[in-house]
Amino acid sequence: MYFDSVNAALTMEGHGAFVWSAYVITFLVLAFMLVQPLLRGRRLARAIRAEQRRQAAELPAEGGGHAP
Amino acid sequence: MWAFIHKFGSPPWFFRFASTAVRWLLPVVIGALVFGAVWGLLYAPPDFRQGNSYRIIFIHVPSAVVALAGYYVMASAGLVSLVWKIKMADTAMRAVAPVGAALTFVALVTGAIWGKPTWGAWWVWDARITSMLILFFLYLGVIALFEAYDNKAAAAKACAVLSLVGTVNIPIIYKSVDWWYSLHQPASIKFTGETAIDASMLYPLLVMIAAFYGLFALLVLVNMRTELLATYRQSAWLRSELG
Repeated sequence: MYFDSVNAALTMEGHGAFVWSAYVITFLVLAFMLVQPLLRGRRLARAIRAEQRRQAAELPAEGGGHAP
Repeated sequence: MWAFIHKFGSPPWFFRFASTAVRWLLPVVIGALVFGAVWGLLYAPPDFRQGNSYRIIFIHVPSAVVALAGYYVMASAGLVSLVWKIKMADTAMRAVAPVGAALTFVALVTGAIWGKPTWGAWWVWDARITSMLILFFLYLGVIALFEAYDNKAAAAKACAVLSLVGTVNIPIIYKSVDWWYSLHQPASIKFTGETAIDASMLYPLLVMIAAFYGLFALLVLVNMRTELLATYRQSAWLRSELG
C-alpha cells in the first residue's frame, strides 16, 4: 500500500475530495445502471410466472365441465 | 458462421445465452472492478507532477474508451437492423444507448473533477471535451427517438440512421487531441512504439479498461434480457424458459 494511514488515504495530500468523489459518483451511476434493469427483469419474470400459474389453474375447469 | 448469426437473431436462443452470460459475468466484472479500483486508489504510486489527483485516470480513461467503443457497437447494430431487419439488432441498439450515455456521463464528470486540481477549471471548451459532450447528446438522442415513436419498426429505423450519421463524431474524438490545440495530452498507450506510462500505473489501468469492457457487455446483456422479457411476455417459449 502506498499510503501510511487511513487518514492519508482519505486526504491524499489535498486531492482526496476530488479522487474519492469521482470514484463514488462513478460507482453509484454504474450500480444504478446494473440494478435498475435487473430489478425490472425480476418483476417481469415474476408477473409472467404468476400469469402462467393462473392459466394453469383455469385450464382443467374449462375442459372438465364438472359443475359443482 | 451463418448458423452462428442466425442463432444470435433468435430471441429464445439469445434469452438463454444472455441469462447464462449474465450469471457468469456478474461476479467476474464486480471482482475485477473492485480489484482494479483498490489497486489504482491505494497501491499505485502517485504521479510525480500531478500527485494523487491522477488516480482518477483509472475510471476516467476506461469509461471514455468504452463509451467510444460502445458507439461502434450501437451503430453496427443499427446497420444490421437497417439492412437485414433483424429484431434482435433493434433490441441491441436500444440496450446499448443508455449504457453508452452513462459511461459518457461518467467520463465527463470524472474529467471535470480531475480538471479542477490539474488545469484549474471544471470545464473548458476543449475539442475533446466538446466532442465527448456531442457523443453524450447522440446517445440521449437515440434513447429519446426510441421513445418518440409508437411504431417500433419506425423507431428502430430512425435510431439506426441517427446512430450511423453520428459515427462521424467518433474519429473526431479520437483525433481531437492531434488536430486542435488541446489541454488533453495525446495518447500515452500505443499499439506501436513506446508506451509513455510506467508499468506500475499501466497495469492497473489495463485491468480497469478490461473490467469496463466486461461491465459494458454485462449491462448490455442485462438490458437486452429485460427487454426480451417485456416484449415476449405472452410467448410460449418465454413461459417454458421461465417455468
